[in-house]
Amino acid sequence: MSKKLKTAILGSGLIGTDLMIKIMRSPYLECTLFVGRNLQSKGMAKALSLGVKISDQSIDAIVKDPSCCDLVFDATSAKGHAVHAPILEKLGKLAIDLTPAQVGAMCVPGVNLKDCRGLKNVNMVTCGGQASIPLAYVVGQVHKDVEYIEVVSTISSRSAGPATRANLDEYIETTENGLKHFSGAARTKAILVLNPAQPCINMQTTVRATVAKPDMEALIPRVKEMVGIIQKYVPGYNLVVAPTLENNRIIMMVRVQGLGDYLPSYAGNLDIINCAAIAMAEEYAKNA
Amino acid sequence: MHKLLIHDVTLRDGSHAIGHQLSAAQVAAYAAAADKAGVPIIEVGHGNGLGASSLQVGESLLPDMEMITVARKNISRSKLGIFIIPGFATINKDLKPAVEAGADVVRVASHCTEADITERHISYAREKGKDVYGVLMMSHMAPKETLAEEALKMESYGAQGVILMDSAGAYLQNDVSEKVSALVRALTIPVGFHAHNNLGLAVANSVAAAEAGATIIDGSARGFGAGAGNTPIELLIGVFEKMGFATGVELYKILDASDIAEKELMKVLPFPKPTSIVSGLAGVFSGFSKHVERVALEYKVDPRDIFFELGRRRVVGGQEDLIVEVAIELSRKKELK
Repeated sequence: MSKKLKTAILGSGLIGTDLMIKIMRSPYLECTLFVGRNLQSKGMAKALSLGVKISDQSIDAIVKDPSCCDLVFDATSAKGHAVHAPILEKLGKLAIDLTPAQVGAMCVPGVNLKDCRGLKNVNMVTCGGQASIPLAYVVGQVHKDVEYIEVVSTISSRSAGPATRANLDEYIETTENGLKHFSGAARTKAILVLNPAQPCINMQTTVRATVAKPDMEALIPRVKEMVGIIQKYVPGYNLVVAPTLENNRIIMMVRVQGLGDYLPSYAGNLDIINCAAIAMAEEYAKNA
Repeated sequence: MHKLLIHDVTLRDGSHAIGHQLSAAQVAAYAAAADKAGVPIIEVGHGNGLGASSLQVGESLLPDMEMITVARKNISRSKLGIFIIPGFATINKDLKPAVEAGADVVRVASHCTEADITERHISYAREKGKDVYGVLMMSHMAPKETLAEEALKMESYGAQGVILMDSAGAYLQNDVSEKVSALVRALTIPVGFHAHNNLGLAVANSVAAAEAGATIIDGSARGFGAGAGNTPIELLIGVFEKMGFATGVELYKILDASDIAEKELMKVLPFPKPTSIVSGLAGVFSGFSKHVERVALEYKVDPRDIFFELGRRRVVGGQEDLIVEVAIELSRKKELK
């Protein structure tokens, strides 16, 4: 057991709490500290029930006891990570950033997991980015001139916590940057829609692309192959509409069902970014 | 009878009817005519608000900022309004440049149960000294208690009024009276109503809203808007004048402006055609109509079946991508038969 990589979580909200449960299941990782600002929060209660050490001292908990962990997951906010990143760097901690702070290089495991191994701070982009960038990347690999990529993600209202709601602008900006970076598209656009329907809907992401000469024959098997790669670390990731030409543009859709760890399975948006972060942390652990 | 603030959405919501293809000349012509009529607020931009030009809801011909600049040049009395939905628009990309280009009135909208996503955008616009309103879209989908709670959030963020939108044209008059009065009781700021004409009730519902205490009423020239259209603003002015509500809008001149709109902006007059009636009955956003018609043709399925299936799934504005998924599903079922 002592060989597991010691990880701490900053942020005791929905993302942080779900992440903790996933770490407890990992053969490569252990959660040595769960840090928030309020000991009374639901996340803290969950940590206590799982026997995880907790603190309400924010980043100071790690500054005061640097040996507590080797890697820190930051699930606070974009503003929070901007403050935490230099501190963690100074302490020599690996940082996996789940906020849209855009400090470290963008990591999308289905696309660039191995390239991220040598980096000290990686950014997990956004939930919509994790769902769509691998598909946009394949579109860019198959087609030379990608004019435009547009991604619409619809998530269940219940799965969007206060930080997500306050950070919609950052979500859009970060997702658009990620799409551009990985697909090579000249223009990108990201849209996020919250749907309050009961029973809650699963996360759904639609990727549309405008390219000079669509090559569907080459694209479809490559997309299916990519979906297979993602399913290895996000089991509930499914292609619901395979690439098709509609109104002369490429359209495809995926639906993400979560593992149902902290929130019910409709919260595929939390699940996919956390599964991606775990995949990255395990990659560090395997190569430590 | 209280005074009503008439909010003209011709150059924003009307855009849905022509696939967001308004030109600079059209914006200039109507803005000038509405200004002459003394319309208090003229709203412009993509049909789904600034920054919404996309494959998902339709790409606009004229970039939002050009629309604002053109309208600004043609308005002297009226205030210039813009509309934004967080999730489509951002402060940096859309709101900030629009405010710098001279927008006076900012409406920040969300689905009727998601008011908290408007907080930053409402506060930003207030800090810039603009008139700021919150908008609850698809308000037929939530009970009056929820609408009041959400509207109170918008008031706490700094909104100076909250508008209930009947985005699917699904309200009957009783629904309007009940929901508008609940908001009037709960809020200290003005309440508004925005009707769609899917069931032929846009004018009647607007009257019901005013009688229930709403002081902001939306309309568009000849009802220019998606599918069955909105409330014809010239009819509103006439009816309110007859009822004794003051609007400050000159009757003859708004009638003239509506003629200009019909001649210069519109391809067909909006009317509750079968797909629009079904959209209203199914409670699906009227803005879906053009997309549903196109996709239904492409996949050879009945557009009415698409609308009812979308209604069953309780889709909200911005979920236009589901139209394709539903059409593919329906066409597969058809093949199996």
